[in-house]
Amino acid sequence: MADSTAPAIELKGISKAFGPVQANKDISIRVMPGTIHGIIGENGAGKSTLMSILFGFYKADAGEIWINGTRTEIPDSQTAIRAGIGMVFQHFKLVENFTVLENIILGAEDGAFLRPSLAKARKLLKQLSDEYALDVDPDAKIEDLSVGYQQRVEILKALYRKADILILDEPTGVLTPAEADHLFRILEGLKTEGKTIILITHKLREIMETTDTVSVMRRGQMTATVKTTDTSPEELAELMVGRKVLLRVDKAPAQPGKVVCKVDNLRVVDGLGVERVKGISFEVRAGEVLGIAGVAGNGQSELLEVLGGMREATGRVEIDGDPIDLTGRLSDGRTRRKRGIAHVPEDRQREGLIMDYHAWENTAFGYHDDPSYQRGFLMDNNALRQNTEAQIEKFDIRPPDCWQTAKNFSGGNQQKIVVAREIERNPDLLLVGQPTRGVDIGAIEFIHKQIIALRDAGKAVLLVSVELEEILSLSDRIAVMFDGRIMGERLPDETNEAELGLLMAGITDTAEAKPELELQEAR
Amino acid sequence: MDFLTLLQVLDSTVRLATPLLLACLAGLFSERAGIFDIGLEGKMLAAAFFSAAVAYVTGSVWIGLLAGVTASLAFSVIHGVASITFRGNQLISGVALNFLAAGLTVLIAQTWFNQGGRTPSLTGNARFEPITLPFAETLQNVPIFGPIYYELISGHSILVYVAALAVPATWYILFRTRFGLRLRAVGENPAAVDTAGVSVVGLRFAAVMICGVLCGLAGAYLATSLSAGFVKDMTAGRGYIALAALIFAKWRPWYALMACLLFGFLEAIANRFQNIEVIGFVIPVQFMQALPYILTVVILAGFVGKAIPPRAGGEPYVKER
Amino acid sequence: MDTMPKWVDALLVPFISVLIAFLISGVVIVAIGEDPIEAVKLMVTGALGSTYGWGFTLYYATNFIFTGLAVAIAFHARLFNIGGEGQATLGGLGVALACLFIPWPHWTLALIGAMLAGALFGAAWAAIPAYLQAKRGSHIVITTIMFNFIGAAVLNYVLVNQLRPAGSMDPASARFPEATNLPTLHELLAPIGIEFSKAAPANVSLLIALLSCFLLWLLVWRTRLGYEIRAFGHSETAAVYAGISPVRITMIAMLISGALAGMMAINNVMGEAERLVLNSVEGAGFIGIAVALMGRSHPVGVLLAAILFGFLYQGGAELALWTDIPRELIIVIQALVILFTGALDNMVRSPIEKIFLARRRARQAAQAVEPAE
Repeated sequence: MADSTAPAIELKGISKAFGPVQANKDISIRVMPGTIHGIIGENGAGKSTLMSILFGFYKADAGEIWINGTRTEIPDSQTAIRAGIGMVFQHFKLVENFTVLENIILGAEDGAFLRPSLAKARKLLKQLSDEYALDVDPDAKIEDLSVGYQQRVEILKALYRKADILILDEPTGVLTPAEADHLFRILEGLKTEGKTIILITHKLREIMETTDTVSVMRRGQMTATVKTTDTSPEELAELMVGRKVLLRVDKAPAQPGKVVCKVDNLRVVDGLGVERVKGISFEVRAGEVLGIAGVAGNGQSELLEVLGGMREATGRVEIDGDPIDLTGRLSDGRTRRKRGIAHVPEDRQREGLIMDYHAWENTAFGYHDDPSYQRGFLMDNNALRQNTEAQIEKFDIRPPDCWQTAKNFSGGNQQKIVVAREIERNPDLLLVGQPTRGVDIGAIEFIHKQIIALRDAGKAVLLVSVELEEILSLSDRIAVMFDGRIMGERLPDETNEAELGLLMAGITDTAEAKPELELQEAR
Repeated sequence: MDFLTLLQVLDSTVRLATPLLLACLAGLFSERAGIFDIGLEGKMLAAAFFSAAVAYVTGSVWIGLLAGVTASLAFSVIHGVASITFRGNQLISGVALNFLAAGLTVLIAQTWFNQGGRTPSLTGNARFEPITLPFAETLQNVPIFGPIYYELISGHSILVYVAALAVPATWYILFRTRFGLRLRAVGENPAAVDTAGVSVVGLRFAAVMICGVLCGLAGAYLATSLSAGFVKDMTAGRGYIALAALIFAKWRPWYALMACLLFGFLEAIANRFQNIEVIGFVIPVQFMQALPYILTVVILAGFVGKAIPPRAGGEPYVKER
Repeated sequence: MDTMPKWVDALLVPFISVLIAFLISGVVIVAIGEDPIEAVKLMVTGALGSTYGWGFTLYYATNFIFTGLAVAIAFHARLFNIGGEGQATLGGLGVALACLFIPWPHWTLALIGAMLAGALFGAAWAAIPAYLQAKRGSHIVITTIMFNFIGAAVLNYVLVNQLRPAGSMDPASARFPEATNLPTLHELLAPIGIEFSKAAPANVSLLIALLSCFLLWLLVWRTRLGYEIRAFGHSETAAVYAGISPVRITMIAMLISGALAGMMAINNVMGEAERLVLNSVEGAGFIGIAVALMGRSHPVGVLLAAILFGFLYQGGAELALWTDIPRELIIVIQALVILFTGALDNMVRSPIEKIFLARRRARQAAQAVEPAE
C-alpha cells in the first residue's frame, strides 16, 4: 500500500472556520518522507490550526488528508496516532503531577492494569533514550523538570507511540539557544532514521538552518512552498507579511538622564515558597530603554509584576529617589500608577484587558479612579468615551469603534489599546512585557516606534521580552536574567545573539563555554 | 463514659459514617475527573426516596436498592449532560439538581402514598437487616475483643461492609489501573488525555456515573437501613458534609475514610448526648446540631492544612486553538 | 464581531430556557395525573385574577427581588452566594430585635431602623464566608451552604430560649408593637382612589425593593465600585493588574449581597408576619438564585423574574389548595429554571448562535460580490 515515492503527508484543499474566523483557506501541501519541512507564518496565520487538523484535534470543513499515498480520514487523535503521526504542542500536554513514565504510557497502556505497562515502558524508554540521545529520568515528576526536559518527554511520547511523522509547534519558544540547538540535533538524528518532521515556527533563522523545504502561510492561506536552499530570510519575510519589512528599528542614540528607577537586592518568593527573584539590582535612567533578556520563567515576569504592583517582594525599589512600598496595601497597582509607573503587562488577555468590557471601558482600566473620569458619585462615561475616541484615532486602532468589546479586536489592536492607555498617561517609568507577543508585523513596527518615542521624550522604559531580536533592536542596555539573577549587562552594539544566549543559559564565562553543555539538570 | 457506652457511640459512628463515606467516595471519583459535584445531596435524596418507595411496593429491599441507584444515575446523566456535553457551570447544575430532588421526591411521595411527603414505614424484607458475622455470638464473652467484634464490627447492614470495601477498591482503581490513571489525568489536564487519543467526554461521563452509583447506595442506605422509610429532606445536608470530608481528605480514599468517621462520630455524640453540661455550662442542643456544619467551615477555612484540588476541577474542557 | 445581537443574548435565550423549564413542569403535572392546562388557569386566576391574588404575588415578588438582587450582585463579582437563605434568616432576627426593643414613634422611622438592622445582620452572616473566601480560599459555595444550616440553628436557639414570650409553646417572638406595622398596598393606594385588597400582605416594602433595583443598577453600571466589581468578576488577574484588591471586592460584594438578602425581612417579618417565626424565609433565599440566573443578573431582569416567581408561588399555593398538586411543584419549577437558564444555557444558546452565524455568512456571501470596503 505504501508507495516509497509518495509524500509522507499530502494535504489537499483544507479549509477550516471558527465561527466567523476563517483560520485555513484551501490549503494544499506535500511533505516527502525523511525530510524536515518548515511551516512559517505570523501569529494567527493558521499554522497551528492546520497541524491540529492533521492531528485529528479539529475536523476540517473541507479537504483531504493523504498519508504515505493513502487517503486517510482523521476524525480524532487516536486515528492520527495510529497513522503514525506524533505532535509536540507549543503548550505541552503533560500531566504535571504525574511521573515521566506515567505521562508516556497515558493513552497507550497495555491492558487494564498499570504495573506491566509501566515495566514495559521503562524498558522501551531506555532504548529510545539511548538511540536518540534523549535521556530523561523516568520516575521524575513533570513539575520538577525544566521545560527543555518536558519537551523531550513530549518527543518520547510520540516515539513511544511509534510515530513516523513528527510535528513540532513553535518548539523553541521556551528554550535557551543552547537547548534549541540540542533539539535541532535530535531532529537531525530522527531525520536520518527516516522520520518525517514538520517544524512550525515564526523564526526565520530556525527555518533557514534546519529545514529542507519550507511553506509560508499568511492569513489562513498558503502563499508559497520552496526549497530552503533556494530562498532567503528577506524573501520569506516578505512572503509572510505580504510587503517589504524593516527588520530593525530606526532610532537615535539614547541620551540617558537621571536615574528614574533604582532596584536594590530585590527578592521574590512565590506562593509555593520558591524563590523566583534572587536579589537583583539595577537602574533605569530617564531617556533609555533597559531590556531584560532571558528564557521565559527565569524571574523576569515576577520582576515586572513586582514593579507593576501585582506581587509582593523584599528589597528596595526607589522611584525618583523615593522608595516605594513592596508589601502591604500601598504596594498595589493603583499606588504604582500614582507614582508615575505605567505597565504594559505580558499577558494582555488575562491581565491588561477585560475581554468582555467595551473598548471605552478598557481605556480607563487601572486609571478608572482618575478624577477626570468622575462626576460626583458616578463615573463620567462620556469623558471615557471621548478619551477612547482620541486614542483610537491616534493609535490607529481598528475597528475604530469604542463600543466593540475587547475580545472582538485582533491581537495587534488589543495590544494597541493597552499601549495607548499606558503611554498616553505620560508615565515616568514604562514597564513593558512581551509587547509584541501574538501581534502582527504591522502592529509590531507601530508599537516599537511608540516605545522609542516615549524614550526620546525623556522617559525611562523597562522592557522584558523573550524575543532576542526585539531586545537587541529596542534596548539601549541589555541585562540578562537566568534563574532569578542578573547574569550580566551588555550594550547592544557590543554583543550578539550568541553571547546573550550563553548568558541566558547561565554561563558568564563565555570563553570556556561549550555549546554541548547540559545546563538545566532535572532536579 | 464507660466501655459499653463508648462501644455504642462508636457503633453509631460507623452507621452514621457509612452514607457520608459512600457519598464522599462518589464525590472523589467525580472531582478526581475534574467535575465538581455539589449535587451529591440531591442524588442521595432521590435514591433514598426511590429505594424506599420501590422497596415498600415490591417488598424487596434489593429491588428498592436498584431503583435508588437508577434514580441517582438519572441525576448523574443530567449533571453530565449539563457540565460535560454542554459545558455548563458545574456548581449551578449541582444546585439545580439538589432542588429538583427536594421537590420531586416530595411531589411524587405525596402523589403515590399521600402521607405528607413520606413513604410508609418499611418492615421485613423491605429493609436491610443487620448481618451477624461468623462467631460473633460465640466470641461475645471474650474480654475486650469480644464486645468490640460483636457490637462494633458485626451486626451492620451489608451496605456498611460495601462502603468499607469501597475504600480499598477506590484506591486500587485510581492508582493501580489504566482507568484510574486516565481518570486522574483528565482531572489534572484534560488536554493531555485528549491529545493521547482518549475521550475526555467518555472518561468524565464514566466518573460521573460511578459517582451516581455510589450516591445511590448512600441514599438507599439512609432510607432502607439507617431509617425505615423516606422522610422529606432526610439527607439533611449530608451531601455537603461529604464534600467537606472530601476536601478534608485531600481527595484521597483512605483519608476520606478517616474524615467520614470523624464526622460520623460528631453526629453520634450529638445524637446521644443532647444538652451536654460542661463545668456547669449547658451547651444547647442547637449547638450540637450545628456542630458538623461549624466544623466543616473550620476545616474549609484551612486551619488543618492546605488542600490542592484537581487542577482542572470545575472547568469544562474546551479544545485550545 | 459578536455572533449574535445583544437582544438575543439578553432576552431570547433566557425566554426559550424558561419556556423549556415550564414545558417540562407541565409534563411533571401530567405525570402525577393532573391537567396542566387547568392548573395554569387556576394559577392565573389565583395569582392575577384579583387584587387579593396580586397582593400575594407582589408580596412574594418583593421577597424575591431582594434575594435575587443579592445573588446577582455576587454573580457580578463571580461569587456564588447560596447563603441568601441564611442571610435572610439572620436579617429577620435583626429586624425583629429592632422592632421589639426600640420604641419607634412612627412606622417610617421603624422601617429605616429595621432596614438597617436587617441589612447589618444579613451582611454580618455573609461576612464570614466572604472573609474565608478572600483570605483563605475556602470555597464560598460550601461555606455559605453551611451558614444556612448554622443560621437555622441560631434562629432556633434564639426563638426557643430567648425571644419566646413566657408561657408560649410556640417557637416565635412576641408580636411587634403597633407603631412598627407597615402600611399595606391597600392603605397606600386608597388615597389615590385605587381599591386594593385589605387581606393581601403586599406592603410598602415593595417600593423599597423597586428602589433597590434602581440603586443596584446605578451601582453596578455607573459607579467606580461597580466597574471594579464587574472587572474582578471577569478576571481576577486583570483586577490585580489594575490595582483592584480582590479581598476588598470580595468582601464588599458579599456584604452588599448579604445586606440585600437581610433586608428582605422588612417584607416578610415586619410587613407580613409582624413577629419572628421559625423558617420565615420559606426558601426565598434559594429562589433568588433562579431569579438572578433568569434575570441575567440585571436589575430589570431580576425584577421581571421575581414577579414571575411571585406569580408561581401564589399560583402554586392556590393549586395546593384546590387540587392534589403539592406546593413542592414550585421547587421543581425553580430547579428546572435554574437548570435551563443556568447550567444548560449552552444547550439553548449554541443552536441559536449557529442560526445567526449561518445568516451572517449568507449576508457576507451576498456582499462579497460588491467590492470590499
